[in-house]
Amino acid sequence: MHFDKPTYTVKKKRKKDIPKGLYTKDPVTGDILFIKEIEDNLMVVPKSGHHFPIGARQRIASLMDPDTWTEIDQNVTSSDPLKFVDSQPYHVRLKRYQKDSGLPEAVISGLGSIHGIKVSVAVMDFRFCGGAMGAAAGEKITRAIEAATAAKAPCIVFSASGGARMQEGIYSLMQMAKTSAALGRLSQAGLPFISVLTHPTMGGVTASFATLGDVIIAEPGALIGFAGARVIRDTTKQTLPSGFQTAEFLLKHGLIDQIVSRLEMRDRLGQILSALHVKRKKTA
Amino acid sequence: MNTPDYALEFEKPLRELVMEIESVRLRSTETGEDVSQQVAQIEKKISKLEKEIYASLTPWQRVQIARHAKRPYALDYVAQIFEDFQELHGDRQYSDDRALIGGTAFFEGQAVMIIAHQKGRDTKEKISRNFGMPHPEGYRKALRLMRMAEKFHLPVITFIDTPGAFPGVASEERHVSEAIAVNLREMAMLKTPTISIVVGEGGSGGALGIGVTDKVLMFENSYYSVISPEGCAAILWKDGAAAPKAAEALKLGAPHLFSQGIIDEVIEEPVGGAHNDPLATGLALKASLHKHLAGLVDKTTDDLLDSRYERYRHLGVYEEAGTTKS
Repeated sequence: MHFDKPTYTVKKKRKKDIPKGLYTKDPVTGDILFIKEIEDNLMVVPKSGHHFPIGARQRIASLMDPDTWTEIDQNVTSSDPLKFVDSQPYHVRLKRYQKDSGLPEAVISGLGSIHGIKVSVAVMDFRFCGGAMGAAAGEKITRAIEAATAAKAPCIVFSASGGARMQEGIYSLMQMAKTSAALGRLSQAGLPFISVLTHPTMGGVTASFATLGDVIIAEPGALIGFAGARVIRDTTKQTLPSGFQTAEFLLKHGLIDQIVSRLEMRDRLGQILSALHVKRKKTA
Repeated sequence: MNTPDYALEFEKPLRELVMEIESVRLRSTETGEDVSQQVAQIEKKISKLEKEIYASLTPWQRVQIARHAKRPYALDYVAQIFEDFQELHGDRQYSDDRALIGGTAFFEGQAVMIIAHQKGRDTKEKISRNFGMPHPEGYRKALRLMRMAEKFHLPVITFIDTPGAFPGVASEERHVSEAIAVNLREMAMLKTPTISIVVGEGGSGGALGIGVTDKVLMFENSYYSVISPEGCAAILWKDGAAAPKAAEALKLGAPHLFSQGIIDEVIEEPVGGAHNDPLATGLALKASLHKHLAGLVDKTTDDLLDSRYERYRHLGVYEEAGTTKS
């Protein structure tokens, strides 16, 4: 056990070399990057194309036609129905998530236009509790889907989530049923649903609305799966194939339609929707 | 009396009393002394203690009963309270999943479609049924059979009993998440009455994948949870041994879930758990199914679909502008 200590200290020192908040490291090339420069490029590294996570509000700003976005359900936030306590009470954690992320909840939703097409959009933000889906997140996504059905508009959901929010127990599991049922009604109304999978999309989110897109798009390099790699390794003692559970792996295995860079996302969504939605409406 | 083996950890005091009976009997064969009164006294003690233990089970103890090696599985119930089960195999795409089975049967003369997680009894069967953990093919077969049920107007009855969908490379490569997701959406729109019964383990998405039904019934000592207590303990307590605490915190037992409105009925089990008296357990299930099926078959399809949508639409507690809603 004593041998662990020096390793720890070394790691800490190495971290200090990069002042926090100013520079970061490209996990692909190892290059040192000026954060401001990446922020100005939607958190995509210009040289390597690596996608760092992006905040929900910044993403929305990058997608919508100017001055068309109206956020809905800002007042829907998480509750603590089980009075869940592990090393900390869940309600204390919730306050911290809000403070740290600057967001009321793990999902931001609203209505706006992309290339002139009215859309209902929900965007998950990994910074809020790892994007875990609890009842509030599930409610906001369900309402965004229902808003699309009511407005006869397509729905787009950007996923970024570790899965279900354990601290809400069975309620979080039931959000999978709730969101999927709402998508059934959207589908019956003949309205498109585009699901965009961003890093990471796992567990109960993958096993519900995220894989129900008429079109499923993923960002490059995104980790996407049902069970975590460690769980799979521990359960099966299998060696995992290289690139397992990445967007590229899933494109090859037939789950997703396209891998699209964040820099081209707005235009691509506009192109796909113009084929699925606008034309159909005109001929109808 | 067929004495149960009291194999579970918390049944140790009962196990000790059973051993006491055996040693008393053994002594009597040597000495020839009449011990019937003494034995009757210990048996009375066992019965009293058993009632006490089973009257105040902790959530973790219920999880252990739900996983008991002798617990009745779906096919045991099918054999007892249904007639003429015709198993229908395969997803017509890849293979036949032995962990998630289905087929037609008759319940009190009414043709129904059965869909069920199935665990194995002996080692060989356990392996062939993958310990009740389905691959994507299982969920796709379930969907095929549910659509068939819709086509021929058969009510669907699903038996939930899985630790979870199988976490493995093949499962991911063939997209178990998509298979489950599609079932959630399609079950919400299925134009036929549907009932699910959690008979043992209700393990997360793997359970819900056949569980979006008009009515959800649950045996008293089964559990239904977003994550296994062990998994939750490993993540939040950083210690798998904290599973009993996690089981408590997750409120995964049938009584809790009933009071939260997640399930529609708790089916009582005999003292000592379902495995202690499988016949009585089956009859309790039969009575419950009879009641719920009768309430569903007369509804119009629109009624059925609207109430099913509303049932799931309102599951979840959240805050909105200062008030708690669900």
